Amino acid sequence: MKLIIAIIKPDRLEAVKQELYKADVNLITVNEVLGHGRQMGVAEVYRGVREMGNLLRKIRLEIAVNEGFVEPTINAIIKGAQTGNIGDGKIFVLDLVECIRIRTEERGGEAIG
Amino acid sequence: MKKLLMGLLLLFLFIAVAGTAFAAEPPKNDTGDTAWLLISTALVMLMTPGLAFFYGGMVGRKNVLGILMQCFIILCVVSVQWILFGYSLSFAPGKGFWGSLEWAGLRGVGFAPYADYAATIPHQLFMVFQMMFAIITPALIIGAFAERMKFSAFLVFMVLWSTFVYDPVCHWVWGVGGWLKDLGALDFAGGTVVHINAGIAALMTAVFIGKRRGSTQKAILPHNLPFTILGTALLWFGWFGFNAGSSLGANEIAVNAFVVTNTAAAAAGLSWALLDWAFHEKPTVLGTATGAVAGLVAITPAAGFVSALSAIIIGIFVSIFCYMAVTIIKPRFGYDDALDVFGVHCIGGIWGALATGLFASKAVNPAGANGLFFGNPKQFVVQLIAVAVTLAYSFVVSLIIYKLIDVVMKVRVKEKDEVMGLDLTQHHENAYTILE
Repeated sequence: MKLIIAIIKPDRLEAVKQELYKADVNLITVNEVLGHGRQMGVAEVYRGVREMGNLLRKIRLEIAVNEGFVEPTINAIIKGAQTGNIGDGKIFVLDLVECIRIRTEERGGEAIG
Repeated sequence: MKKLLMGLLLLFLFIAVAGTAFAAEPPKNDTGDTAWLLISTALVMLMTPGLAFFYGGMVGRKNVLGILMQCFIILCVVSVQWILFGYSLSFAPGKGFWGSLEWAGLRGVGFAPYADYAATIPHQLFMVFQMMFAIITPALIIGAFAERMKFSAFLVFMVLWSTFVYDPVCHWVWGVGGWLKDLGALDFAGGTVVHINAGIAALMTAVFIGKRRGSTQKAILPHNLPFTILGTALLWFGWFGFNAGSSLGANEIAVNAFVVTNTAAAAAGLSWALLDWAFHEKPTVLGTATGAVAGLVAITPAAGFVSALSAIIIGIFVSIFCYMAVTIIKPRFGYDDALDVFGVHCIGGIWGALATGLFASKAVNPAGANGLFFGNPKQFVVQLIAVAVTLAYSFVVSLIIYKLIDVVMKVRVKEKDEVMGLDLTQHHENAYTILE
């Protein structure tokens, strides 16, 4: 089992969702987050007070999958989120120790799908 | 010598006194009318910020400041334009394309009434009342190209549109010597001048600026509907000044306009809610607010000429027509009129102008005319001409202005800026913070 965490541009969320549906991945958790990587954010000015390097809005996806779904999920995220521009985001893949469905108390691979 | 001077002085005095006694009574300001028009002017002013919230609630949260700023800057820009030359082009007497530049910089526009427009209030008060109409009309167009127009191009567009579209059309319908006025077209508070005029220009901009990015894959959802309801309430409130103020006095016609304005808004809001319920399972808040605004639009040209029962019919039908425009016609043709300016203001305005030709009654306003349902089919034809002329003129000239600006400075923001939102890219500000 893996936990896939992806940071993407907010306006790519819809495209990523569509790609994930095509890859049969239907269970995702979405967060709105702030951040910046190598590129700096944009300037903001309030009554002449200038704020540089502010954080940009990003979307953070969490998807728990069984082994067979890892590559399809990664490919779907790339397909939906890639624009080729700076700031497209990152995908992190983590080992997932356990997964429990609260309703049925099922555990492991059964509980993920 | 002394006696001769005395005699001459007495003679002059006599002539002066006799002269004033025999000259026609000059029009005098009425304090009641003046008070009501001062209040009405302030009410209409509030409509533009009201509109800003009405629209601002409907856009994405990365573009809300962009909308508020566009409405607010029009308030600033057109206020100045109107004083410098806008009022003169619109209202100075003249039979031409515009009035004239005779009243530029308010030369000769003083505190004495100008009887051809309003015989009982100061001329300057009439001027500033009309200024508020000149401000909200271009502001209405904002909803069509929301979330994707460059601020600099927007400013140039609005100055040119006010001068070359609003001012001439205003002159034709309301100015002394205006040819649509002489034709007998009835437009109590601005159905053609304000709503059809802005509504058709809105359609043009929506078509030529193109769809919002991503709007075809997924509907762009309103970010704050309570703002939209707040805006609707402010519009409804301000509209009492817009319509009842257009009687230009604290009189019976003002009361009639007040009553029918409220009635049409209510009937239309209710009617839209029921349509939503019937066709989309639940009555929606946005639908009810939209209906109320459509009702206010439709009653605008008719407010001084129709009865309260006619207002209910006008209100019920405007929601039916606008509902069809927004839910059937727009998807069919695929233009992205982001906040339905064409669907509500143009369609509602056309219905209002034609309904005036149907329901107008001399029993309500002896200075008006009878409509088709009161035995005068000619009025309906005149209304039709005024609507057609406004539609054609506004569409063509708005398009020319738009294309000129697009060639010089590109109207639409860069894709990167549209993705990031107008608030940050056009104004370097954020409306909401996620973290402190």
